[in-house]
Amino acid sequence: MIDGSKIRAQFPALHQKVNGKDLIYFDNAASSQKPQVVLDAISNYYHYDNANVHRGVHYLSQKATDKFENTRKSVQAFINAKNSCEIIFTKGATDSINLVANGYRSILNKGDEIIISQMEHHSNIVPWQICCEISGAELKIIPMLDDGDLDMEAFENLLSEKTKLVAITHISNSLGTINPVEKIINKTHAAGAKILIDGAQAAPHTFVDVQALDVDYYCFSAQKMYGPTGVGVLYGKKNLLTTLPPYQSGGEMIKEVSLKKTTYADLPHKFEAGTPNIAGVVAFKSALDFITDLGIENIAKHEDDLLKYAIEKLSEISDIQFIGKAKKRAALVSFNIEGLHPYDMGVLLDKMGIAIRTGHHCAQPIMEHYKISGTARMSFAIYNTKQEIDSCITAIKKAQIMLG
Amino acid sequence: MGTIAEIQAEITEEFNMLEDWMEKYEYIIELGKALPMIDDKYKTDDNLIKGCQSRVWLRADEQNGKIIYSADSDAIITKGIVAVLIRVLSNQNAEEIATADLAFIDEIGFKEQLSQTRANGLVSMIKEIKFYALAYQNK
Ligand SMILES: Cc1ncc(COP(=O)(O)O)c(C=O)c1O
Repeated sequence: MIDGSKIRAQFPALHQKVNGKDLIYFDNAASSQKPQVVLDAISNYYHYDNANVHRGVHYLSQKATDKFENTRKSVQAFINAKNSCEIIFTKGATDSINLVANGYRSILNKGDEIIISQMEHHSNIVPWQICCEISGAELKIIPMLDDGDLDMEAFENLLSEKTKLVAITHISNSLGTINPVEKIINKTHAAGAKILIDGAQAAPHTFVDVQALDVDYYCFSAQKMYGPTGVGVLYGKKNLLTTLPPYQSGGEMIKEVSLKKTTYADLPHKFEAGTPNIAGVVAFKSALDFITDLGIENIAKHEDDLLKYAIEKLSEISDIQFIGKAKKRAALVSFNIEGLHPYDMGVLLDKMGIAIRTGHHCAQPIMEHYKISGTARMSFAIYNTKQEIDSCITAIKKAQIMLG
Repeated sequence: MGTIAEIQAEITEEFNMLEDWMEKYEYIIELGKALPMIDDKYKTDDNLIKGCQSRVWLRADEQNGKIIYSADSDAIITKGIVAVLIRVLSNQNAEEIATADLAFIDEIGFKEQLSQTRANGLVSMIKEIKFYALAYQNK
């Protein structure tokens, strides 16, 4: 069992007043708050360990490098990757996707196809649009069903020998839909294509086993997992990363440089040009330990309970419309109240100390599907409570009266 | 009809009489509801202010050397805010509009509306209003 108050005590940012009210933070899908252990890790790194990694022979550089590489091992264990060299540190999920999409610019040719879905975050759309523009490949879109599930039949019809890559989100950040990734991966492989899964919303909430999934590329962001901003992960199968062209270039990513020809470093360094966010990566280990100590299945259970409770309570609000009713959902609920603009709702809730997200959630094609300009979204994390949901419902009703 | 500074002072006084944030927002909502809507035919992409989470349409006309603004939004708070802006800036000379200091927004307790968040469009609205004024000035 999870002891909510003990967990909350570990998050300093939660203990503040906003507009004179105790902060209620329901924007976890955008970024989660950070526990004290993560804050301490960042501070300790700069206090005692700061040096550049992989470069010096001196004590501090080795200490920093060891810590940096320890996080890589933690990530490897966290997603059960076979090799630690398959873990590439990036700036975030967006950066991870860009890394792969950039490589595919020179891999793909006219006549090739990439498949994404209608429910992607913009960061899993735009890099592929650019990749297609440059390579001449074509972008195909899996449509959504009204309940917020992917149209799997349409997906199977889109797959062909032209398909080179499928890039799909594991969990939708706007609808909460948990996509059947095992099935999607199998179908993709059966068609002879590679698969990238955007796990930005999944990694904080579900156990991910990249070997069991047999996924080719998997991406996520530390900042949504109680970890620092500016740190992300790209997992890629070793043989694929070996042939994927480098992304950024410069220091760290080389084996030998002469002015005529440069050879690239081995994995993972080939994809880690320049000085990385060392403090962030080091502190990310503390975030992973925090999750692992609690048990990700316990976190998921807690969030599922909150989700069920929130849906039940929100259903009591007159004129509420839920956006996304997929069969399997995680950790967030999107809704609109008829006649009210989500922006107005968000502004008034903020005055009552409640942080929710309003707008298109960087997923405009979803909003287009439902012919709406945006939604209000509550998203949950391990430190949220049912009392907070109650307060939020009361606040929504109050806002509804004010706006009515 | 007062000057921009006079109207701002008037509005600040009105808002200062309101007790708390709720009354202030209720008043803004009221103003939003009272703002005459612009005709649907003017709700074009050309008149749409980009960069707001809510959609805002702004129109400007010249009458006897003054600029008359009208606006609409799909969000009521945004509409209330733009109503206040219009009350201050509409029916004034282009030059005065272009150089107006709008400190009152902070004073009436809507400082957060002035933040740089792209989600709220107040900064873009003011820019757009001033842009029209500059355009008329240079004509
Ligand atoms: C599904 C999904 N993919 C990608 C991202 C991008 O993550 P980041 O901004 O950390 O790169 C997000 C963040 O909101 C997301 O929800």
